[in-house]
Amino acid sequence: MATAHAADHEEAARARALAEELRCLVCQNQTIADSHAPLAVDLRKQIDRQIADGKSDREIVSYMTDRYGEFIVYRPPFNATTFLLWCGPFLLLAFGALIAWRVVAGRRRAPAPLSDAERQRARRLLE
Amino acid sequence: MIRLRYAAPLAALVLLAFLLWRGLALDPREVPSPLVGKPAPAFTLPLLESGAGGKSFSPSDMRGKVWLLNVWASWCVACREEHPVLVELAKSGVVPIVGLNYKDEPEAARGWLARFGNPYMKSAVDADGKVGIDYGVYGVPETYLIDAEGVIRFKQIGPVRNASVRCCRPRHRKAPPRENHCRAALHGADGHGARGGP
Repeated sequence: MATAHAADHEEAARARALAEELRCLVCQNQTIADSHAPLAVDLRKQIDRQIADGKSDREIVSYMTDRYGEFIVYRPPFNATTFLLWCGPFLLLAFGALIAWRVVAGRRRAPAPLSDAERQRARRLLE
Repeated sequence: MIRLRYAAPLAALVLLAFLLWRGLALDPREVPSPLVGKPAPAFTLPLLESGAGGKSFSPSDMRGKVWLLNVWASWCVACREEHPVLVELAKSGVVPIVGLNYKDEPEAARGWLARFGNPYMKSAVDADGKVGIDYGVYGVPETYLIDAEGVIRFKQIGPVRNASVRCCRPRHRKAPPRENHCRAALHGADGHGARGGP
């Protein structure tokens, strides 16, 4: 009995882990672990069934993406298409830092020495 | 260079505007189907029509014809919106429509058809939604265009609003079967449905 219990716990934990990696397509900002939508309930049952059938995690995820596409995986994959999604914020930050550096560096540089005509104009304005 | 100082933020603004224009026009509710271009998943389901006895429906029954598989249910409000369009389409006889009655009660489903009209040559009963999962159904209504070889060519997510049907007459009798069929294009109100996935 104890071993059966342990196996159940492990299966339940696996099911939960998988469900937390999949998006509920009805309530799209929830995982199918959290969603109460009927589709989420059905998909959780599918996961349970497939775990009981001895399918691996990868096979179960493939089952889902074969039918619903990449979007059902909650964590976006890191590939050529999603590169900007993952790296974009850091690139923007680097770009912003570069601009800030150039502006600050520009301010620190002393202004060019005035020509004679400019110096006279400045004197007139300051009096 | 004064021009560069003004050009750079302007360029950034233009780029941002472009990204927002494209990005905000996307609808995350329209999940592209990975099944477009793939064979329609096989199934055998009982018929909705009472008195059908032990008869059932399989997509292979429709081989050789271009047809629509429309996922519907009596509890689905949006289905009522597209129903008149489907009824008209069925009357025109251009493309047969098979219904997939999704997670519904047969009595309620039959009553709904009796009340609102029946555009379906047949309706298959998917009581537990298992066939729906195989087709990547995540909402109702959804409609699949399936060609004569049983390959899914198009998926409409949400109600069919304006059915624009174009029928190509075969160019020559001797053309291979693939070219001798009618193509029905379905458009939602904004002129596009879900396209094929990656």
